[in-house]
Amino acid sequence: MLIRLALRSLASRRASALLTLFTLALSTALLLGVQQIREQSRLSFFDTVSGTDLIVGARSGPVQLLLYSVFHIGSATSNIRWSSYEALNDDPRIAWTVPLSLGDSHRGYRVVGTHNSLFEHYRYGAKQPLEFAQGGPLNDLFSVVIGAEVARELGYNLDDRLVIAHGAGNTSFKRHDNLPFKVSGILTATGTPLDRALLVSLEGLEAVHLGWRAGIPLPGMQVTPGQARKRDLTPREVTAVLVGLESRLQTFHLQRELNNRRDDPLTAVLPGVALQELWQVVSVAEKALLAVSGAALLIGLCGMLAVLLSGMQQRRHEIAVLRALGASPLRIASLLMTESLLLTLSGLLLGLLLLWGGMTLLQQPLLDLFGLRLVPAKLSPEQWALGGIILLLGVLSGLIPALMAYRMALANSLIRRN
Amino acid sequence: MKPIIRIDNLRFAWPGQAPMLEIQHLQLQAGEHLFIQGPSGSGKSTLLNLIAGVLGSFEGEISLAGQSLVNLSERQRDRLRADHIGVLFQQFNLLPYLNLIDNVSLPCTLSAPRREAAIRRSGSVQAEAHRLLERLQLPTELFQRRAVAELSIGQQQRVAAARALIGAPELIIADEPTSALDGASRDRFMQLLLEELDQSNTTLLLVSHDPALSEYFSRHLTLEGAGSC
Repeated sequence: MLIRLALRSLASRRASALLTLFTLALSTALLLGVQQIREQSRLSFFDTVSGTDLIVGARSGPVQLLLYSVFHIGSATSNIRWSSYEALNDDPRIAWTVPLSLGDSHRGYRVVGTHNSLFEHYRYGAKQPLEFAQGGPLNDLFSVVIGAEVARELGYNLDDRLVIAHGAGNTSFKRHDNLPFKVSGILTATGTPLDRALLVSLEGLEAVHLGWRAGIPLPGMQVTPGQARKRDLTPREVTAVLVGLESRLQTFHLQRELNNRRDDPLTAVLPGVALQELWQVVSVAEKALLAVSGAALLIGLCGMLAVLLSGMQQRRHEIAVLRALGASPLRIASLLMTESLLLTLSGLLLGLLLLWGGMTLLQQPLLDLFGLRLVPAKLSPEQWALGGIILLLGVLSGLIPALMAYRMALANSLIRRN
Repeated sequence: MKPIIRIDNLRFAWPGQAPMLEIQHLQLQAGEHLFIQGPSGSGKSTLLNLIAGVLGSFEGEISLAGQSLVNLSERQRDRLRADHIGVLFQQFNLLPYLNLIDNVSLPCTLSAPRREAAIRRSGSVQAEAHRLLERLQLPTELFQRRAVAELSIGQQQRVAAARALIGAPELIIADEPTSALDGASRDRFMQLLLEELDQSNTTLLLVSHDPALSEYFSRHLTLEGAGSC
């Protein structure tokens, strides 16, 4: 009976009730959506690199090293000498190394010079290895392996030829036109920056820079592929090195040793620690986003409260009638409570529908534009908790009109003298 | 026969004030109609509130349908009111978000005895509401509509009367039910109401300033401040 009355009463205030409902639904969807994005971006962030014990680069800050080596953001101020890399490679405590050399690009995507050891040792997510959707690792001086997004966006297939450009820009005029690369493999999507990278051999990268000095091609010094193959292509420098250790117990020891080297100043960081540090920076924005959507929810609840309270004066009569019919003050209060509960609950449900609908619709654009993988999945415990909080706040704000009604019902003598 | 209302040595005072209402003895049998008049502040509405069980703290004895109100909890008095009393206000009797049938049926959702009585009478609560609305001469086409705003005040009061009557409560309490009506609709209202009351042998307690109403009543009570009957 209570629910029926509450429904009828809400139905009679259809317009404001529906507006409130939509406000609540939107703020619910916003809040839960932001939470979803937070969780998923955090996951894919920390999943970017795993199984690597140390990242080594030239002396710089750990976050900066992480940014350019793993996320391909920004650039290194200085590089590691090849001899230092070889020393690392020969160190008995070190099981494997993956050299990384950055600086060139292809139509806005970063070109990374590396070794086939990358495909063997690089891990992301839950220690997942890289897999080839097509083809295989580098098999020639001028072969290139491309990430899933590069292949999709630029429409490259196996054995396609492409030319890399000097520098990181999208519209660089300084292109290594004379030495095209052939696609030898395409990686499956990983959700990491490797999706947006082109991987070539260190020697290949060295070859395209033959006849270049200080980033500028010297006139008349350009080489053909045939000439390049005959030259000494030992790299002079690498940008960073991913290191796997024989025993993880050695990690801190080796890190300290590398960080204290005098001959070639190096920085060695633990990926997990650096990721955590970087996340501290990134997560400010993410927390702000949560705060804003939390504020939106509060506004929604205030709107509901405004609708419920603005009706209270008119409902004085209704309360008097119900009281005369023998409804107890508690029952009258629970009628009001039921109304706000109905509003909050249906707002919550509609919000979930909006969230799922929105995520289904936005899934592809978000992945394309931001590399953000949103899966309309089951609610996470945090989202359940947020849903619970929304409901709780709804109930709490519903308590205010309910309490008012209760007091009215108590004070209201049956017959009022005007 | 058990009296519907029985009052003995009733005294009521607001805390810290002189008694505003004193009644030595008052007894109403089933089907009796009492007209209560008196100046403002003479305790008319207090008396109605006491009988309806909304006001609890009084001295003396009030019993309603054989049940003493003394020592009843607020909850029990609410229950008693729901089961045994139909209430008519001066105005704003109806819930604007319910249609007429639902407005009239409302007491039956709050009281099982009245629901059963309505069903005994007409087969269903809806049918009984329909019957009463027809008896009170409301246009059938309005019954299913949320039409409170479209009704004249006279019509609204007749819907309220139907609601007070549904489920055959022993007592109807009416507070100035005709004060917002003009002379013609007042007389029509009273005639229809009294016809129904006579049919069901229901007791009526009506408060009014309007001396014109007193002719409809066999019994009268004049309250004069802290007076008696």
